[in-house]
Order: sequence, then C-alpha cells, then structure tokens
Amino acid sequence: MTVAADAQSISAPRSKVRRSVKWQAVADHAILILGSLLMILPVLAAFVTIGASDVEISRHGMQISDGSHLLENFEKAMFTQGGFTGSITGSTMLLNSFILGIGFAIGKIALGMIAAYAIVYFRLRFATFAFWMIFTTLLLPLEVRILPTYEVVHGMGLINTYTGLIVPLVASATATFFFRQFFLSVPEELVEAARIDGAGPVKFFIDILVPVSRTMIAAIFIIMFVYGWNQYLWPTLITTDEAMFTLVRGIKQIYQSIDGGSDIPEFGRSLALIFIAILPPVLVVVVFQSWFVKGLVESDK
Amino acid sequence: MKRAGFDKPGLPVLLLLPQLAIIGLFFYWPAAYAIQSSFFLEDPFGFGSTFVGFANYAGLMNSAQYIKVAGFTLIFTVAVTFLSLSIALLLAVKADKVIRGARTYRTLLMWVYAVAPPVAGFLGVMVFYQNNGPMTELLALFGYDFRLGVNYSDTAVAMVAVATWNQIPVNFIFLLSGLQSIPQSVKEAAMIDNRSGSRRFWDITFPLLAPTAFFLLVINITYSLFDTFGMIDALVKGEPGNNPMTLVYKVYVDGFRGNDLGGSSAQSVVLMILVLLLTVFQFRFLDRRIHYT
Repeated sequence: MTVAADAQSISAPRSKVRRSVKWQAVADHAILILGSLLMILPVLAAFVTIGASDVEISRHGMQISDGSHLLENFEKAMFTQGGFTGSITGSTMLLNSFILGIGFAIGKIALGMIAAYAIVYFRLRFATFAFWMIFTTLLLPLEVRILPTYEVVHGMGLINTYTGLIVPLVASATATFFFRQFFLSVPEELVEAARIDGAGPVKFFIDILVPVSRTMIAAIFIIMFVYGWNQYLWPTLITTDEAMFTLVRGIKQIYQSIDGGSDIPEFGRSLALIFIAILPPVLVVVVFQSWFVKGLVESDK
Repeated sequence: MKRAGFDKPGLPVLLLLPQLAIIGLFFYWPAAYAIQSSFFLEDPFGFGSTFVGFANYAGLMNSAQYIKVAGFTLIFTVAVTFLSLSIALLLAVKADKVIRGARTYRTLLMWVYAVAPPVAGFLGVMVFYQNNGPMTELLALFGYDFRLGVNYSDTAVAMVAVATWNQIPVNFIFLLSGLQSIPQSVKEAAMIDNRSGSRRFWDITFPLLAPTAFFLLVINITYSLFDTFGMIDALVKGEPGNNPMTLVYKVYVDGFRGNDLGGSSAQSVVLMILVLLLTVFQFRFLDRRIHYT
C-alpha cells in the first residue's frame, strides 16, 4: 500500500469509516438472511399448507392455512391405509425408515470399525491387497452398478427383506475409511502402554479403542443414519411389497396419487407425509450439529 | 499400520472377513457381472443370451438419445456444481465474517443437508406446480408460462434449481470450516497489507480455500451424477417421456423398464470408467495440492 493511500485513510473522518463498516455489516446480514430464506421457504411453504383441505390446496396451491385440517391430515398420513393394495400406513413406513437408517448406520460402523482395526493395528501379509480391495469400493456408488446388484440380490431371494434392503447398501468402504483415518491419528503410545500392561488385541479394542472413538462413532452414526434414511433408488427396486416401504421410498406413491385419478388428489396427506419424512433426519443433524459437522469435515480429509 | 501393532496372524483375517464377504458379494460380483453382460445381448423373453462383442457400446455411441442424455448430464453437472459452489461460497464468507447470529445462520443454512433428494424433488413439484405453484405464478407475472414436465428446458431449469438448493448446505459446511481453519495471523497480516476486502478475498482467502474447493468439486460432480436420481424421478413424476434425464436415470430406465440388460450394463461400465477417470484426476491434483499452512 502506498503512503498516499495510507495518509488518505487516516485523514478520513472517523464517523465516515464507521458508517461504511456499518453498511457493510448490514449488507452481510442481508445476504445471510436471503440465503436462509432461500433454504427455509420451500419447506415452510409446504408445511404451513398442511392445515388446509385437499380441495383448498388443489385450488390455490401452497398457502397459509388456518390449520383446521391439520390433525385430520396428520391422522390420515399416519394411520389411514393407502397405496395400491391399501395396506400401507405412514406409521409402517416410519418404522421401516428407522429400521433402514439405524440398521444401515450400525452395520456400517460395526463392519468399518473392525476392518479398520485389522488394517491399522495388525501386521498382515496381504494387508495392502485387502486395503485396495476395500477402498476400490469407494469409487463406484451403488447407482452405477444398480442392475447387476439387483440381479444378484434377486437371485439370492432377498427381495422384500430387510437384509436385501440394508446389506447391499453397506457394501462400500466409507466407514472403514473414516475409521482408518481416525485410528491413524490415535497416539501410538496407547497401544504400547496396553501391550506392556498385558492387554490382548480384543481387550485393547473394547476397553481402549472404542471409548477413545466415542465422538467419532457418534458423528459417523449421524452421517450414516441420514444417508440410510434418505435412500431412494435401492429401496425402490428392492421393496415391491408395500409393507416394506420406507417414507422416502413411499414418496413415489405420493406423487402418483397427486398425478393420477379423477378424484381430488390427497395433497394434505402427502404434505403431512413429507413433513414426517423430513423431520427425523433434520432433527438429528440440527441437534447434534457440532458432532455432525466435525465428523463430516474431518472424515473426508 | 501402527509400529507397535499386534502380531496375531489369525485374528485380523477374521476381522476383515465380514467386510470382504459383503463387498465381494454385493460389489465385486455385480461389477464383474455388469462388465460381462455388457458384451452380451439378452433375449427379452429370457431365452438365453448371445455374445455380441462391443455391439452394445457401439449401440450407445450411435444412439442419438444417449448422446442427448450425456449432453444434458454434462450441462446439469456443470450448472449445479457452479451455482451451488458459488452461492455457498458467498454465504460461507459472510457467515464467517458476522459475529452476531453466526450460530443461527450456520444452522439455518445447513439443515437442508438432511432433506432427501426425492423429497426435495417433491417440494420442487409443489413450488413449480402447473396451475398454482408459487414460482409458476411468479414467472407468470413476467409473462412466462412455466411448464414443469411438459417443456424440456423448463423441466431442466427446475432440476438445476432443486439440485442446487439441495447441494448448497454441504458446500457451505465445508467452505465455512475451511475459512475458519485459516490462521488468525494470516488474516491479520492480510488486513495490515490491504484494506480492500475484495482484494483480500481473491489474493489470500480464495487460494487458501482452493484445496477445499477442489475436494468439493469432486463431491458436487458425484452428487450431480449419482445422487440426483430420486429428485429427477420426483420432478418427472416417474414418467421421463421427453423430459431431460441424467445418465444414471437412463441406466435405470433401460435396465428396468426396457429390460435391456446388455445396453444398461454397457452404460454402467461407461459410468464406472467415468468415475475412475474422475478419481485419477482427483489424486493427480490432490498430490499437487498446495499447502500454505
């Protein structure tokens, strides 16, 4: 910076500088508020509409309702049977979503932790080979090999089972990779001290490594739960029986009900189901925000 | 591998076994199956299959529809990546700067991470609804007749808008954490050297963010290619017809609706190669990535 410019900035009246700073702050906040509105409005508009009746919604679209049909719509969403066979309720789908989200997260963490433990803490002849076998799976998401995977799972007779729903999704190494990174950052002295004290590998894992990884496990659980809950393509293919539908899978049924048929589409019920599908993962992410952010940012490095 | 590892030969094999078994069954077997069936023409009525060499691949390259889908996928990916990264960057820079309400803004800007793409797609259907969606009505004020699911380019615009909306949070989270990890001393030194905020941003902050941004580039491309399936399915209401679709959506349409196992597998293999190239590209760049701190 030149001397002239310096002199200029010093000679500028202080109040002017302060005012320009203030305007800058106002602009910053305005941008952030606009951004927040952009994220919130589509969801909010849908949620305030839930209280309206189907007729009102099909006539006026998204609107601020008086809430007179709120309970009715939620009741329909949770307990009225729908779908083609008329055997599926929102509460069944909610249960299935939890089974998928939690089952997927636990499966990922359990498999990933012990595999990463084997890779990091043991002298193993084919360790490099196993490492590459496992980490190649990071490259190809399920979506790419969807049809052959479906054929294989179909051949095993796992259509419409929780095993068929969850296990193929677990077949990628994301959690293993996260835990490997984390274990590598755990101080070496820990395992040395444990060995001097005579702890075997199993005792070391259960009594020392698992407690040390608590925060990491929590963070990965949150990420995996949200990922599992939000799965769509695989559940769409693998669950044809409506009793196995998850909420996100059931979205299809919702928009089909909006598009087809001569009756007034069940907008209220659909929007209430959307609300139920969004709420649990959003709550988890917001409530455990700091863990979640830490896990996401650190594990991907 | 830790220096002071355990020396039991049997145990690690036992520990690795479940993971290897699952990826063997549900990853390597299907992947090999895809490569194999991409060279065969399956009889649609299930009467065996014939070896056709590279005919399925040649069929793809000669298919005007496939080229069109590939073109749309490219435009879609570039648009979503560019828009979501730049909006998220603007928001992250501002969220890093403000003092009051920083936590609230952070929460408000990241929670959409948890909204599933098909759910986002469904919200998009409501927002752009034919007769009375708020965006449709807003555009009608300017005399534009927006037709989701009917007009090709209108549908494409809606897809880009919804995907961008859905993808801003993850970019925001990483960019904000990248900004916050820039050492205070660097920021102060920059402050002393240069009073112009924009110069400071482009000369100091932006280069320091480059590794994060590069990593996010790959994340965004992967999202646009693979994770948008549900969103697109919701926006076209399960009936692609003449609407735009991405390569992954076409794999699904040809494989499950058209029962074309060979053609769909060839498309899968093309996508696999694409992802492998992307990974090689990523590693080459990550090796050279610049560390200032």
